[in-house]
Amino acid sequence: MSENCMHAQFTVNGETVDAQVPVRMHLVDYLREEMGLTGSHLGCEHGVCGACQVMVDGQVVRGCLTLAIQADGKNVQTIEGLTESRELQQLQAAFLEHNAFQCGFCSSGMLLTALEITKHHKQATRDEIRELISGNYCRCTGYQAIVNAIESVLVKSSSESGVKV
Amino acid sequence: MKSPEFSYLKAQNMGDVFSALKTHGDSAQLLAGGQSLLAMLNLRMANPSILIDISGLDSLKGIQQSGNVIRIGALTTHHEIDSSNIVKAHIPLLAQAVPYVAHLAIRNKGTIGGSLALGDPAAEYPAVALALNATLIIQSATGERRVKASEFFISLYRTAVQAEEILIGVEFPIAKPNQRFVFSELARRKGDYAMVGMALALSLEGQTIQDVALAFMAMDDKPILAPRAMKALTGQTINPQTISQAQAALDEDLQPAGDLSANAATKKYLSRVLLSRALIQAGATHV
Repeated sequence: MSENCMHAQFTVNGETVDAQVPVRMHLVDYLREEMGLTGSHLGCEHGVCGACQVMVDGQVVRGCLTLAIQADGKNVQTIEGLTESRELQQLQAAFLEHNAFQCGFCSSGMLLTALEITKHHKQATRDEIRELISGNYCRCTGYQAIVNAIESVLVKSSSESGVKV
Repeated sequence: MKSPEFSYLKAQNMGDVFSALKTHGDSAQLLAGGQSLLAMLNLRMANPSILIDISGLDSLKGIQQSGNVIRIGALTTHHEIDSSNIVKAHIPLLAQAVPYVAHLAIRNKGTIGGSLALGDPAAEYPAVALALNATLIIQSATGERRVKASEFFISLYRTAVQAEEILIGVEFPIAKPNQRFVFSELARRKGDYAMVGMALALSLEGQTIQDVALAFMAMDDKPILAPRAMKALTGQTINPQTISQAQAALDEDLQPAGDLSANAATKKYLSRVLLSRALIQAGATHV
């Protein structure tokens, strides 16, 4: 049986995709299987683990709970694109410094949540950071190192903005 | 797992929705934020012949005051509700509940209409809608009808929305100055479905409780009120004796079945704990 496909046009990390997309395929399968962007991971495929997260129109979403066809007309950014653009540079350096990567399976999703925290929750306390990352499972770190890394970036950016004022 | 095969229609207007619903009937499924539906598809718990994607229908988005109610469009996301000053000012119970809805990335995409129309008994909005006796607005090709939350939730994943209808919005009454609201829930992991959750709305005349609505989630196959506990609280002041009487009455109200998260006895115990905490908080809250 041939797969039911529909036409979609969207951008992935700035590059235009214009293709026939299998309608039942979720976005991360499309990124991984059709585009070779394997930085977004698939853990549970039902929205629980957060390893599949990508940005759609600037908001972090679960890639496994988004159909590829729903990306039509939208702007998708993955861990690859956000690394390339250096938007994640500070967080990635902090994760490295605090040993928050370990096996790395959750890292791409975790970094995208962390990016949203540094953009929209600049004043988050440690408890609030824990709550905000509660949708991302990590089975290595016990989260302590991840909270340390995110907190260090928040503290650094608030003291830098303090100096500028 | 991977989703089964289906067709897909991106609706451009309400006419598209109604004509597709007419053609495909029960085998069609509306797709809003998809944060429950796509999980159900991936788990093969759902098997629709066609997804009617309504996510582009801007007329179903937004939060507006209209007279003494706040109307929230079905496609308004959890994140938008969480960020809304109108919701904070006028629907405090909903504002308290939103942070419990799933996780950051899911709140960016999931919608209030999707959650209400799914009718999951362990979800937050159905219990809030019941406690505030919200009005659900349902549209079909022939017109609009309005259903009170008390009539809307029928059983597990079953609501008053019929095969050729769509939930387009919900209206919550604006909170009055003498009302107190507490939303509280216990889950294994913050943001996961509740073991037990509770939405309390009461009005005080001086120190005396006048009207009270107490709704529970994850205790039955739909969100339910606790009428005996509500009766035990009416006309009382909030003190330790009132609290124990309400807890005893609550024991009669709730007959939960155990589930994967907690057995029946644990759920009943936790419901008493939540009620006690909520009443103490409501008594201590001053506007």
